[in-house]
Amino acid sequence: MTSDPALSGLTGSIVHDEIIAPRAPWLHHVRAGEVLRIVDLEGNQAVDFLIYSAADDAERYSAQDTVAAQGNLFLRTGTVLLSNEGNPLMTIIASAVEYHDTIGGACSCESNTLRYGHHTRHQHACVDNFLEANLTQGRGKRDIVSNINFFMNVPVMEDGTLGIVDGISAPGLTVDLRAEMDVIVVVSNCPQINNPCNGFNPTPVRMIVAA
Amino acid sequence: MSATADPKSAREHARAQGGKRVETMPILPPVAGDLPEGVTAEDLVWEETVAPGGYTSRRIARGTRVRLIDKAGDACASLNIFNAEMPTERLNVADTVKVQWNAYLGEGKLLLSDMGRVLASILEDGAGTHDTFCGVSNAAANTRKYGEGRNSGAFPNGRDRLILGAAKHGLTRRDVHPCINLFKGTRIEADGAITPIVGPFAPGRAVILRAEMDVIVVIANCPHVLDPRAEYASTPLRVTAWRGPVTPESDGVRGAAPEGLRAYLNTEDYYRR
Repeated sequence: MTSDPALSGLTGSIVHDEIIAPRAPWLHHVRAGEVLRIVDLEGNQAVDFLIYSAADDAERYSAQDTVAAQGNLFLRTGTVLLSNEGNPLMTIIASAVEYHDTIGGACSCESNTLRYGHHTRHQHACVDNFLEANLTQGRGKRDIVSNINFFMNVPVMEDGTLGIVDGISAPGLTVDLRAEMDVIVVVSNCPQINNPCNGFNPTPVRMIVAA
Repeated sequence: MSATADPKSAREHARAQGGKRVETMPILPPVAGDLPEGVTAEDLVWEETVAPGGYTSRRIARGTRVRLIDKAGDACASLNIFNAEMPTERLNVADTVKVQWNAYLGEGKLLLSDMGRVLASILEDGAGTHDTFCGVSNAAANTRKYGEGRNSGAFPNGRDRLILGAAKHGLTRRDVHPCINLFKGTRIEADGAITPIVGPFAPGRAVILRAEMDVIVVIANCPHVLDPRAEYASTPLRVTAWRGPVTPESDGVRGAAPEGLRAYLNTEDYYRR
C-alpha cells in the first residue's frame, strides 16, 4: 500500500493520476460519483477550471448560478457547482483551503493588454489553454464562460474594489470534487506571471481521480 | 356566422386589430417626447417598452446611446452583449469587474468583451443598484419559486428569455453567457455573502449606455434571481436609443483609467481598417 499523503482519505480505486505541467491545459472525463482531487503541489497555483455536462455540453458550469444559489461569492466545502440550467455538476466535498474564487475569470492574451500593458500580448494565457483543450472536442470560444479558480484569492472590499491578491494555499493542499453527473473537466494550469495568482511562478498540479 | 369563418372575414378581423396601443410594445417609427437636450427626433432609432417577464434584442451601431428606464420600480434589465459582426466576441463579466478593479457598475464604467475591447460604456446612471454576480433565473429555479418557469407560462425565466433574444440573431444556447443586471443590485459583504438590493424602487430611474462597437444587445426583463418576494415582481422596462458620435479621444470616460484607456485603444484598433 502507498504512504503517499496526497492520496490520504480517498476511497475506492485510483483510476487516474496525472501531473499537469506548469502553464499547460488538461481535459478529462469524470463519471458521476467519481472524486477528483486537485493537489496544489508547490502552493498558491491557480487552477482555472471549467465543467461541461458530458451528455450535452451546451450545459456547463455557471459561476452566476452557483454563487446566487448559495448567496455567497466564495466556493467552500459544501459548495454545489451548478450548471447554467441549475443542475449540480460537481460538489466540493473537501477543501484544505478555506475558499476558492469564481469571480476573477481566466487570464487571456487580450485582457492582459488591459491589465498590464501591450507588452504582455504574447505571453501564454488561460483562455488559450481553454481553447486548445476544448477545440479537441469541437467546442470553441463561445463555450468559454466564467470559470472557477481553485487556490486563487479574490476578496471584494466594501466599496466594491476587488483584485487577485496573495494566495491562502500552501504546498500539498488539496480540494476534492465529487461529480454529480458525467462531466468533462477542462483545466488551465494558469501561466500568469504578472500577478500573485501563482506567486509569480507557475508550478505543476496533480489531478487524482478515485472511483 | 363567426367573424372569422372565411379568409376574407378573417382578414378583416385581423386588420381591425392594427393600430392598437398598449404600454408594452415597440413604437414604429420611434417617437419619444422626452429626449435629452441636443438629441433630435431624427436621431431616434429605437423606442420600445418591454413587458414584465419579456425580452427584446436588437443590433445597434457604434456610438448609439441606449437609455433604459425602470418605469415602475421593478424592472430588471439582464443584458447579454455581442460584437454584431463577430458574435463569438461577447460581454465578459469577469473581465469587466477584474480589469476595472471593481465589482459595482455605475457612471463611467465599461462593459468589456472577452477580446479586451469595450462593447459599451455607462454614460449616466440614475439607479446605482446593479449586479454583476448573480446572473438570471432559470426554468428550474422559477418552477421552484413561482410554480412555473417556462416561456409559455406566466413566469418566464431570465435564461430562456436571453436564449430567445439571442436566437433571433442566429445565436444558440451556447452563446448565452454570464450577464449583468441593471436596476436590481447586489452588495458583497466581507465574508463574501451576497445581499440583494431589489427594491421596489422609485419609478423612472434611468441608465444610459453608449455602444462602443456595433453590437447585438439582448435584454431580458424578469425578476432578479435573488428577489425574495413570493410574487413574480416585474414591471415594464422602457428602451430608447438614438444615434451619437463615436467616442472621441478627448472623452472623459475613455481616459478615466489606464486599463480602460487600453480597452479603447484595442477597440479603435479593431476598427482601423
